[in-house]
Amino acid sequence: MSELTLTVMRLGFLAVLWLFVIVAVQVIRSDLFGTRVTQRGSRREAARPQPSGRQQTRQQARQQAAPPQQRGQQGGGRRGRNAPTKLVVTEGTLTGTTVALQGQTITLGRAHDSTIVLDDDYASSRHARIYPDQNGQWIIEDLGSTNGTYLDRSRLTTPTPIPLGAPIRIGKTAIELRK
Amino acid sequence: MSSSTNSPTHHTSTIGAIGAPSRRNTELALLVFAVAIPVFAYANVGLAISDQVPSGLLSYGLGLGLLAGVAHLAVRKFAPYADPLLLPLATLLNGLGLVVIWRLDQSKLLQSLPNFVTAAPRQLLYTALGIGLFVVVLIFLKDHRVLQRYTYISMFTALVLLILPLVPGLGANIYGAKIWINIPGLGSLQPGEFAKIVLAVFFAGYLMVKRDALALASRRFMGLYLPRGRDLGPILVVWAISILILVFETDLGTSLLFFGMFVIMLYVATERTSWIVFGLLMSAVGAVGVASFESHIQTRVQAWLNPMREYELSRQVTHDGILHSDQLQQALWAFGSGGTLGSGWGQGHSDLIRFAANSDFVLATFGEELGLAGVMAILLIYGLIVERGVRTALAARDPFGKLLAIGLSGAFALQVFVVAGGVMGLIPLTGMTMPFLAYGGSSVLANWALIGILIRISDTARRPAPAPASSPDAEMTQVVRPS
Repeated sequence: MSELTLTVMRLGFLAVLWLFVIVAVQVIRSDLFGTRVTQRGSRREAARPQPSGRQQTRQQARQQAAPPQQRGQQGGGRRGRNAPTKLVVTEGTLTGTTVALQGQTITLGRAHDSTIVLDDDYASSRHARIYPDQNGQWIIEDLGSTNGTYLDRSRLTTPTPIPLGAPIRIGKTAIELRK
Repeated sequence: MSSSTNSPTHHTSTIGAIGAPSRRNTELALLVFAVAIPVFAYANVGLAISDQVPSGLLSYGLGLGLLAGVAHLAVRKFAPYADPLLLPLATLLNGLGLVVIWRLDQSKLLQSLPNFVTAAPRQLLYTALGIGLFVVVLIFLKDHRVLQRYTYISMFTALVLLILPLVPGLGANIYGAKIWINIPGLGSLQPGEFAKIVLAVFFAGYLMVKRDALALASRRFMGLYLPRGRDLGPILVVWAISILILVFETDLGTSLLFFGMFVIMLYVATERTSWIVFGLLMSAVGAVGVASFESHIQTRVQAWLNPMREYELSRQVTHDGILHSDQLQQALWAFGSGGTLGSGWGQGHSDLIRFAANSDFVLATFGEELGLAGVMAILLIYGLIVERGVRTALAARDPFGKLLAIGLSGAFALQVFVVAGGVMGLIPLTGMTMPFLAYGGSSVLANWALIGILIRISDTARRPAPAPASSPDAEMTQVVRPS
């Protein structure tokens, strides 16, 4: 076997070995626990002081929500045109955050593995969850939280269907379902 | 399954779909890669040594591929959400170990030694048994929390395993270290490798119950939380046992491994830095104390401080009754002559290490034939296994699983450090082996079992929460509310 071939094989082997290490590290990178969080649009948004009025916030959220951001098919699509497609946080520190509704269960609470992590002293670590029933109707269920979950003005005691646009309040946070 | 932005300035984030991918296909792709690399190395060794592709290429490649395939299918069936990296990383190390052992089998110098055996086929058999054990662990250990029930039985088992090498007639003194037992008809076994796992179970179960007492009852002094005197009990007992191992089995590595594992787990359980300070002080005092009267340890320390003198003494006839060995110096030369890129597979002279070239000193062959670049890659692969173990511990929801995962990966990391440090002359040499790379049945079996337990814990940790059950009487109990 010629010297050249052996040298090529030697360097080739090291390259392949390192390639494996790099691929493994890439897998770790893509495997970090968590959901995909995409930052949309407006830098000026962050620079501007936080709007105080509810009306303003809503308007703003609607503006931001306008670009199509749902990927894939929606689990809630079975119910036709009135099905909600996203969940929007309208008040609280997470104002403007949206979650696409794709048939998955959404958990809310202070626990860091919740879908929406509430940074709120009035929220319990596993506060509430939102999930679709067999008909695709979205249901909110309080998970035995200390301070309660409010749909409109009433405190939840049983899993309750969520009407479109009705505010769900947890501590200082309000969320609602939108089309 | 996720976090969202916590900073109040990010008002415009969208949280995407939460699918918990099982990542099994990623694992399969990496596994194919991890089998292909040793096959490449194997062909390379054959071409370098005898100018032809070795005849066993197909059988070794198929053998390794088959074993990896079985392990992968078992993971797919019994732990579908497990970490995708642990299995390919372990398979790659095991495959490279097989290649190096086969390569050292080809050495004329080693073949001329009186106690030479062709090690590669045996190692392949051990690998098969190891992967068998891995599959058995996955099948029978449905939930790692079951192990919690056996906390004190584990302690007892671990003590028995540690004492076994000292039982007369059963224990074997191989070159000074008494860490082996002889099973008639089966060969020898290193119970310490298995004790590592069993002890991790005991420490995890024990610390889970006692950690509050150990963490909270403490006084603050100079920025350190000092534990109360009576809470020092457990660490003193473990320290005493590891000192006893050091004295009676004369093996620094095993002793260091157990004490280090306990200190790591104690630190993780209590979050008190003071335990690490205490642990380091106690192990330093213990090691220096024992080394002052134990001649075997003194010989090891001398060989570590002056490997060249040992080399010269081993060339002469000495009458001091000490077995002088040139192994460490030969290993250092092997690393040195490897340089940055190595001499290439099959073209080094690491067989000059002679005895234990394919077990304790296996890293020296990598150092010579793959160079610094290769050794760094190997150490990174070990590092990745440990990282995945620690990540598993972070993700685990139950405290027992957390502690067990951190204990197992900590023990794995310590073992790699102790062996690599010993072979490279950083610390005195000990009688332990590089996990997966080195020739030896106990090591391969125990480490595959360890990976199996880690995969089981990571499967539990990464499994998505079950969907809310649609209760059949939901309709009946609906609240009718006026709208």
